Amino acid sequence: MYAGGRQSTSNRNLATAANGSSSAAVAEVSRHAPPRSGKFPHRLNFYEQPPTEEITVEQFEEWAIDRLRLLADIESAQARNKSFEEIKVIVGERAKMYMPLSSDTARSVDVEAERKKDQYSHFVLRLAFCRSEELRARFLKVETTLFRIRFETDDLTERRRFVDSLNFGWDVVGQQEKQELRAQLAAAMRLRDEDKLGAESFFKVDWTQVTDLVSQRKVFLRAGKAYVPSKEELSLVLAEFQNRLYRGLEMTAKALPRLDEDQRLLPVLEHLSMGFQAGITSEYVFSTTGDGEEITAEMVPDLARQSFPMCMRSLEDTLRGSKHLKHEGRQQYNLFLKGIGLSVEEAIVFWRKAFKLITDDAFNKNYKYNIRHGYGLEGSRKNYSPKSCQQIITGATPGPGQAHGCPFRHYSEANLTSSLLTTYGLSGSDTKDIVSAVKSSHYHLACTRLFEIQHAKLGVAKGEGLGKGDSVDHPNRYFDRSRALYKEQREKETSEEGKVKKEEAMDIDG
Amino acid sequence: MPGLPPHNTAVKAEDGPALDDLFADDDKPKLPSAEATLATMSDLSNPFVMLTYYRRCFPFKQLFLWLNHGQVPTRQFTHREFAMNLPNDVYIRYNSYANAEEMKKDVVRLNPARFEIGPVYSGRPKDKKVLMKNAFKPLLRELVFDIDMTDYDSIRTCCKDKAMCKRCWRFISMAVKVLDETLRNDFGFNHLLWVYSGRRGIHCWVSDPAALALSDDQRRAIVNYIEVIKGGAKQDKKVNLPRPLHPSMLRALETLNNYFPRVVLEDQDCFKDPEQWETILALLPDRKHAEELKKEFEATPSKASAERWKSLLQIKASNELTLRKHRDFVEDIKLQYTYPRIDTEVSKKLNHLLKSPFCIHPGTGRVCVPLLASQVESFDPSAVPTVGQLLMELEELARSGGSVGNGGVDDKTGWEKTSLRPYVELFEKYVEGLVKEGVRGRKEEKAESMEF
Repeated sequence: MYAGGRQSTSNRNLATAANGSSSAAVAEVSRHAPPRSGKFPHRLNFYEQPPTEEITVEQFEEWAIDRLRLLADIESAQARNKSFEEIKVIVGERAKMYMPLSSDTARSVDVEAERKKDQYSHFVLRLAFCRSEELRARFLKVETTLFRIRFETDDLTERRRFVDSLNFGWDVVGQQEKQELRAQLAAAMRLRDEDKLGAESFFKVDWTQVTDLVSQRKVFLRAGKAYVPSKEELSLVLAEFQNRLYRGLEMTAKALPRLDEDQRLLPVLEHLSMGFQAGITSEYVFSTTGDGEEITAEMVPDLARQSFPMCMRSLEDTLRGSKHLKHEGRQQYNLFLKGIGLSVEEAIVFWRKAFKLITDDAFNKNYKYNIRHGYGLEGSRKNYSPKSCQQIITGATPGPGQAHGCPFRHYSEANLTSSLLTTYGLSGSDTKDIVSAVKSSHYHLACTRLFEIQHAKLGVAKGEGLGKGDSVDHPNRYFDRSRALYKEQREKETSEEGKVKKEEAMDIDG
Repeated sequence: MPGLPPHNTAVKAEDGPALDDLFADDDKPKLPSAEATLATMSDLSNPFVMLTYYRRCFPFKQLFLWLNHGQVPTRQFTHREFAMNLPNDVYIRYNSYANAEEMKKDVVRLNPARFEIGPVYSGRPKDKKVLMKNAFKPLLRELVFDIDMTDYDSIRTCCKDKAMCKRCWRFISMAVKVLDETLRNDFGFNHLLWVYSGRRGIHCWVSDPAALALSDDQRRAIVNYIEVIKGGAKQDKKVNLPRPLHPSMLRALETLNNYFPRVVLEDQDCFKDPEQWETILALLPDRKHAEELKKEFEATPSKASAERWKSLLQIKASNELTLRKHRDFVEDIKLQYTYPRIDTEVSKKLNHLLKSPFCIHPGTGRVCVPLLASQVESFDPSAVPTVGQLLMELEELARSGGSVGNGGVDDKTGWEKTSLRPYVELFEKYVEGLVKEGVRGRKEEKAESMEF
C-alpha cells in the first residue's frame, strides 16, 4: 500500500506546529519502575515537543481523522449540554475504538505506538486548526476537555510523575504562612476541623489562574493570590495546559505560511478542518445489501414522510411539486436513494415517473445516463458513495431553483421555521431548539434534534440522537436508524401477541 | 448629524463672560436671567439647563485623567467608547475623543441627557465602521458593580420602588462596606471609586490596571465569588451557603453583625407584621421551635422586631446537630437581610456601558457624585446638589458681580464656587493617586525593557 514514492517526511512540517521552545526539559529520572517507553515516558502529554520521526502521508491523515472523531464527539456532546461525567463516558467508549491510550500498567499493549499516534495526531490537527481564531478557540476547548478526561482517568502514581516532570514552578506556601492561615485555609476547603488539614500542601498563584475555583469559592484568597490545595491541582494543570496550547497555536498560525508550499499536506489539512466544521464523527459505511426491506419506487414517497432527513424530504417535495430536479439535486438524491437500497432498475422507474413533463425520448437521452452513472454503470464505473453531511454542508451552495444542500445550513431562518411547521408540524419550543442550534452553526445537531422529535413516538428521548447520543453525520445513517426503530416497534408488536401463549407454556414447564 | 433636536445645532461652544450674554442670540432657547428661579433652572426639559451644566460645571479634565491614568492622552482615553443618551431617546454609540477638550466640545454639541462609558477598544470607536471586525475588539475596562435599591424591595419597609430615604441608604452602606473589603482584601484591588447613581443606587469603578485587563471569564468568576443572594421572588430562602463558611463570608458576617440590629431590627422593623415573620418561621429548620414561636408571636402582635429576633435566637435543644442547624440558619438569615445585592449582569461583561460620574440623573436632577467607602455612612443622598441648585448658585455669583470663568476645560469656577466643589476635589484627589501609580508603573516597565 505504501508505495515508495508516497513515503513522506512530514517531520519538518510538524516541527512547525510546535510552540517554538525546543529545549523544554522532559527527561526526568524516575525513582519508580522505569517507564515503558523511553520516548514517551508519560501517558499524558503537554505536547511541548513536536514529533520528529517520519510517517507516511496515509498515517498523517488517518491518525488525524481518528483524533478528530474524538474531538467531534466532545464538541457535539458539549453543544448538547451533556455533563462532564457523561462526556467522559462517551469519549471513553470512542477512545477504545479510535485512539486507545493506555497507562504503563497495561502490559500487553504497545504503549509507545499509542502515544506516538496521540502526539502526531495532535500536531497534525494543530496545523489544521490554527488557521482562524474561531477554529483555534474551538480546538483549544475540546483539546482541554480531552486532556482533562485523560488526566482524571490516569493512573495516580503515573499522573504524579507526569505533573512532577512538568516543573511548573508554582509558589508553595511555606509552613509558617500555612500555620498562620490554618483557620482560613481549612474553612475554604470546607473542613470543620483544622487538624484535618494535616499534610495538605498549598500553592500560591494569581487568582486569575484558577477562576473556576474562585467561582465556587473553593479557595482562600488574599491580596489577589489564591491558595490552592494540592488536591485541586487539576485546575492549575488545566490552566497551564490551556495557556501553553493557546500560545502554541498562535505560534503555529504565524509559521503556517511556510507550509503552504507543501502540496501533499495542504489538501489533507483543508479537508480536516472542514470535517471539524461539519461535526463529522465517523464514516458512513455504505452497503448495498439492505436489512431485508426491499425498496421499490412506489415506496419512496411514504418512506420520505417517515424516515427521510429534512434535506432529502425537501428534494422529494420539490421533485413532486415541480416534476423536476436540477443537476446537483438529482445527484444528491440519486445517491441517497441508492444508499437506502433502491436498485438501479427501480431508480429508473422512479425518476421516469417523477419527471412527468419530459418525454421518454428526452429522459433516456438526458437523464438515464446520469442515474446509471451514479450507480457505477457508466463512464468510469466508479461506485459513488451517498453524500455525507459534511459534503452536503460544505458543498456547492444552492442557487435559484435548486433544492440540494442542507436545509439547516442553506435555508433562511424564516423559511426554516415555516418549513418545520408545514412539513413536520413542529411546535414553538421545538423550533426554537432547532433554530438556536442553527444559529451557533451546529447544523448536524439541529438535524439530530429533528430526528428526536420525529421519532419521539417511537420512544426516542431528547439527547438520545441516533442512539447513545450520536448526532446525525450522514443522511443515510438518519434513514437507517429510523428504519431500525420502526422495525423494532413492529417486532415488539408481534412478540406481544405471542407473549401470552409463551407464558402459558412456561407454567407447564415449571 | 441627523436625529438631533434643532436647538443643538444653533448653539456654539463659545466662551461667554456671563450667563446673561449667553442668551443674546434670539435663536437659542431662553432662560431669562432675571426670572431664573430654582424651578426654571431645574427644568431638565429645557435643553439650556444641561447645556449650561456641561459648559460650566462638568469636570471633563478630571474625568479624562481618571480614565487615562495620566496627562498625555493614551489609548486608554482615545480608544474609549462614550455612548450619548440624547433627550429624545436617541442613543449614539461609539463616540471617541482625542482629549478632554474635544470631548467637551462634542458633549456640548450633542447635549445628551446623560452619557455612558464603555471599554477601551483595539481601534478608535469612532472609526468602527471602517475598521476590520478583527481590529475592533474590547480590550480594557474598569471592573464595575451596580447596587440598586430595587433589589432590596422585598426586605425594606420604609420605601418602595423609586423612592429612597436615609434609612434605605443604610442598606447601601452595608453593601459598600462588604464589597469594598472583599475587593481590597481578597482580590488585592486598591483603586475603588464609588459613585452615587443620582437616585437610589451606587456604582463602583475599580481602576487598578489588573482590573482593567480582566477577561469576561474572570469578571464572571469575581461575580460568582461575591454573589450570595440567589433566587427570585418565588424563593423565600435566598441564602444557602455550605458550611463551614468561606473566610470571605465569615468576614462579611462579622462586618454585617454590627449593622444587623440597627438596620434590620430597629430601622426597618423587618419582623413586625405577621406576613414578615411568617416567612422567616416557615424557613426555620426546627419545626417544633417554629410552632412555639408562632404561638408567641401571635399572642404579642405589637412586639418589636428586636424582641422577636431575641426569641428566635433562643432554642431549647440538647442535640448538637439541631443547634448547629439553627446557628447556620441564623447566619443565613442575617446575610439574606444585609449582604450586598449586586446587579450581576453589569459586572460580567467587559463591554458593558455604565453611566459616567458627574452626569445628572434625569429623574431627580441630582449629580452622580463620587464618594469613598469610608464616607458612605455619613453620606446623605438628599444633600447631593441638583443641577438646578448649581445653576442658581452660578446665577447668583454672576448677579453679585463675581468672576464666572471662561468655560474652558481648565475653568474651575463652575464647580469651585458651587456646592459641587467637595465632590470634584475628592475626585481629583482620588485620580491623583491613580495617576501617580500609572506613572510609577510606566517607569518600571521602561526600566525593565532597558535591562534587555
